[in-house]
Amino acid sequence: MSTSAIIMMLVAMLILWGGLGVAIWNINRYRGDEPEMVRRDL
Amino acid sequence: MSADIEHSEEHRGAFSSRKVFILAAIGSAVGLGNIWRFPYVAYENGGGAFMIPYLVALLTAGLPFLLLDYGLGHRYRGSAPLAFRRAHRAAEGLGWWQVGICFVIAVYYAAVIAWAARYTMFSFDKAWGDDPEGFLFGSYLQAGDPGIGLDFVSGVTVPLVLVWVAVLAIMALGVQKGIGAAATIFIPILFLAFIALVVVALTLDGASAGLDALFTPDWSALGETSVWIAAYGQIFFSLSVGFGIMITYASYVGRRSDMTGSGLVVGFANSGFELLAGIGVFAALGFMATSAGVGVDEVATDGLGLAFIAFPAIINEAPGGALIGILFFGSLVVAGVTSLVSVIEVVISAVRDKFEMSRTGASMAVGVPAAVISITLLGTTTGVYVLDIVDHFINRFGILVVAVASMLALAWVFKKTGLLREHLNRDGSVQVGRWWEWLIGIVAPAALTFILVNEVIDNIREPYEAYPTWMLLVLGWGLAVAVLVLGFLAARLPWRDNTFLGDPEIQARHNERSL
Repeated sequence: MSTSAIIMMLVAMLILWGGLGVAIWNINRYRGDEPEMVRRDL
Repeated sequence: MSADIEHSEEHRGAFSSRKVFILAAIGSAVGLGNIWRFPYVAYENGGGAFMIPYLVALLTAGLPFLLLDYGLGHRYRGSAPLAFRRAHRAAEGLGWWQVGICFVIAVYYAAVIAWAARYTMFSFDKAWGDDPEGFLFGSYLQAGDPGIGLDFVSGVTVPLVLVWVAVLAIMALGVQKGIGAAATIFIPILFLAFIALVVVALTLDGASAGLDALFTPDWSALGETSVWIAAYGQIFFSLSVGFGIMITYASYVGRRSDMTGSGLVVGFANSGFELLAGIGVFAALGFMATSAGVGVDEVATDGLGLAFIAFPAIINEAPGGALIGILFFGSLVVAGVTSLVSVIEVVISAVRDKFEMSRTGASMAVGVPAAVISITLLGTTTGVYVLDIVDHFINRFGILVVAVASMLALAWVFKKTGLLREHLNRDGSVQVGRWWEWLIGIVAPAALTFILVNEVIDNIREPYEAYPTWMLLVLGWGLAVAVLVLGFLAARLPWRDNTFLGDPEIQARHNERSL
């Protein structure tokens, strides 16, 4: 693989997978209210 | 009035937690397009340099549009027609238009899943032999001349029936026990299976040549309008935004949930999976090119050609080919089923809301006709042509048009983006500013309109794939117009007397104050 291809692959991984990691970390630190019960699905 | 809302919430069902909602939303967003469309679009449009327009499109159109759907569904707590109706009396037709589009998509999407399921079985003994293309159109699909016939192909019909039985069983089980449980089981399986596929693909000879072709940046591509159009198109089509799915799913989430944080997870999970798919697919294509002694450009392809012609050829040559086949086609099945579930839920949810039907009743009332049409049109020797035309037109002149119309209507006609921004920010971990309204009202519709105009011009100049004119008029243009007309006619049907048509959030706050 060329150096430029390796760099772009790493950049894409860093942004997209890193972005996913940060987004998951964000929702884990910020807990909103959860439903107290599963509503019936009649 | 409050009793009506409680009855409605109780009746509709809900996800048990935000985690289940996120998994279901990822299941919807991650579909066949992530696996067989993104890699080739990226390769064709600048390779590594494509990441720049792709990210710009994600941040300026994809995520903002996703949050608009979330805001609408979560604020108004209903299926697409009910959410639009509660937003404004005149907006309901937009919701039914989306419902019509989802019904059409469900009809043909099931067929591709059925093909993938059959190919998972074929992978064990490489039933396609040395000529995967001849096998696909000859032995397997038995494709005749373009048209609409009733010569059923058992190899397609049987798995198609099984797909519908499985999907209807999931739908009848309900929001949490059906959709939520399926997502909780299938999404981890999908990610693990695809990671395994990528690991195997990376060990093949020539994998690095494929990755080199995919990621080598062509910076000059950034100056081409078509590359930016491709990026916005890819983001738009892969996120499942604009046709009611995310509105419906968001209506099943607890009232005080963090929707902006959830949106970021779904958006980045969808794009993260596309990147994973790109690596796996191009590593395999690199192997194929190296084995054949040709360049990657000669084997790179997308869509049905990639899945059902290129991959069987790769499986023939690769060590452990059967394993690659099972992982690849199995991933297509799982990704397809979780997306199909979300598409058909848009229709079921709308029917339930409008007619106050039970979950099982609505699932059957929607699912059985959809399954019958699907099997009749797609289970035959002409099914592949029907699929190709309907998919081409409903994506461009259905989803794209209704998405632009919805954004413009909410931003400029009904002026709801300010209210929805406040709603998203109330419990959101990430605050959205005024810029979000500009992106929804100007940038995203402008980008999508540009794509749409180009598509209209292209399709008028050159009839799609030289199919017979009557097929393009009926299954293409005609169907796209029909879902629009039928959608606005459906909006004229009256709601049941006990359906609450006001703003449920205002009512809920009123109830909280009076406690």
